[in-house]
Amino acid sequence: MADASAQTGKQMIGTRPSRLRDFWNSFRENRGAVIGLYVFLAFLLVAVFAPLIAPYSPSAQFRDAILQPPVWQDGGTWQFALGTDAVGRDMLSRLIHGARFSFFVGIVVVVVAVTGGVIIGLIAGFAPSWLDALIMRLMDIILAFPSLLLALVLVAVLGPTLLNAMIAIALVLQPHYVRLTRASVMSERSKDYVTASRVAGAGRLRLMFITVLPNCLAPIIVQAALSFSTAILDAAALGFLGMGAQPPTPEWGTMLADAREFVLRAWWVVTFPGIAILVTVLAINLMGDGLRDALDPKLKRS
Amino acid sequence: MSAAGPVIEARDLGRDYEVGGGLFRDPGIVRAVAGTSFSVEAGKTLAVVGESGCGKSTLARLVTMIEEPTSGSFAIAGTEVTPDRWAELRTDVQIVFQDPYGSLNLRQKVGQILEEPLKINRPRMTAKERRAKGLEMMRLVNLREEHYDRYPHMFSGGQRQRIAVGRALMLEPKLLVLDEPVSALDLSIQSQILNLLNDLQERLDLAYLFISHDLSVVRHVADDILVMYLGRPVEFGPKDEIFDAPRHPYTKALISATPSADPAQRRERIKLVGELPSPLAAPPGCPFAPRCWKARDRCRDERPAMEGEPHPAACFFPEA
Repeated sequence: MADASAQTGKQMIGTRPSRLRDFWNSFRENRGAVIGLYVFLAFLLVAVFAPLIAPYSPSAQFRDAILQPPVWQDGGTWQFALGTDAVGRDMLSRLIHGARFSFFVGIVVVVVAVTGGVIIGLIAGFAPSWLDALIMRLMDIILAFPSLLLALVLVAVLGPTLLNAMIAIALVLQPHYVRLTRASVMSERSKDYVTASRVAGAGRLRLMFITVLPNCLAPIIVQAALSFSTAILDAAALGFLGMGAQPPTPEWGTMLADAREFVLRAWWVVTFPGIAILVTVLAINLMGDGLRDALDPKLKRS
Repeated sequence: MSAAGPVIEARDLGRDYEVGGGLFRDPGIVRAVAGTSFSVEAGKTLAVVGESGCGKSTLARLVTMIEEPTSGSFAIAGTEVTPDRWAELRTDVQIVFQDPYGSLNLRQKVGQILEEPLKINRPRMTAKERRAKGLEMMRLVNLREEHYDRYPHMFSGGQRQRIAVGRALMLEPKLLVLDEPVSALDLSIQSQILNLLNDLQERLDLAYLFISHDLSVVRHVADDILVMYLGRPVEFGPKDEIFDAPRHPYTKALISATPSADPAQRRERIKLVGELPSPLAAPPGCPFAPRCWKARDRCRDERPAMEGEPHPAACFFPEA
């Protein structure tokens, strides 16, 4: 008897896929998203193990091999597979190390922006209407500026380093999270389960973080994935404008800026960093789209 | 829970809302509930009936201390309820909502849902004790032990409503507010939940404030009935008296509108004409006067008080 019930119990577990499994199944339907995920994982591995993979140090200069073309062109050698730049540094090594900076920027910016944005959004959603209005108008003001321009101003004020660029980008991205969180909080707050928690005596903090926040996470996760790529792109743009990472840092945007004057003579010094940025951003965006489809029940095919 | 008096006693309870109102416009005032008095004893059920928009749910929000009454007062087990005492009185009143799909947090497992009230209100309880109480409650509402680690989306409507009832009972309240607890459920599940509620009431000596628009359900569960119309009580009395000899014409019309299972019994169906008046512009006299077939001039000018024998009704020309 007990055996039989245990068996049916097991079967029930078998037929009811867990939340994670369910998520993976709907994520897998989107082939682009899966490809994006794999590319993203590959970049992640490259970033983590950069010193092991890269053939040379990113700052080692080979004075007898300046502006050497990639291996498949006349004059290229396997010693420098993707060629060298104007001071004889190996492009491949620099790109591999550049992946580190890009991921670092992406993660730090997203963490800062999400944490700040979610907390401010939660406060706005639960606050009395005057505070809510104050916060939201402030966010509207930030959103009214072209984001790169605002980041540029902030960096100009703070000083051009990679860290300041990250702070600036996080600040610029933050209002999106505030609005997103506030909107979900508003719609969740009026639901009965929140009222039930209140009747049970839940305090404001408990309502905000334990009752409501977990139910608002899906759109925030999607937005976080998508702004990971925005952060990388903005950091590259700031680097290109000389307001982000400073040379000789092998940051992709900075590499582009350094190589600008050789565009016509040596195409590889600008093309490869550009492709690296393009592929990373594209992969993350594809992944983010898949994430949205999988997490948003409204878009889910049943 | 001695016979020390009613579990809840409300006197002239009222709640106004300001609506509209802009820069250049005075806000309108909606009297969602006004002048409502009632009391419920332990082990008894008071049913609040009326059509949608008559203030039933607002009454539930007042009694469960989600909102503050703008007039009148009420006492729970003899203690006067004021906002500074809400925290300590909270555990005495709990609520079960109409929609079992919206009233459970989808990100929490059944165990967590049941134990949350304990976590908040009994901070000294250990996790083990909480789990034991949670499992005991699951048995009480006829859920199986293996449901403890499941999420609400794995349950049917009736099971979810039982989880909701279990959660409401975790703090051993004296009064349970049931806000249309069965109107979102199938008929067969309805009786299952109603029987469970009856059973629990007997076992735990609970007082119920049962809000419903379904008179056949009310006939099954109620001891007393409070009929509301446009935020005001129009009749209050024992169930049998209300069903057998309604005094207010509105009550009579409501009862005549309930479908009967007995085809031989032909009753006269009273059809009300007109709509519920806007609560923003309630008529000065009896709120029911515009739809009443017996209304006279006095009804339109003067508001009738709740009075009369054998039970109070707000009508100048009662039926019985």
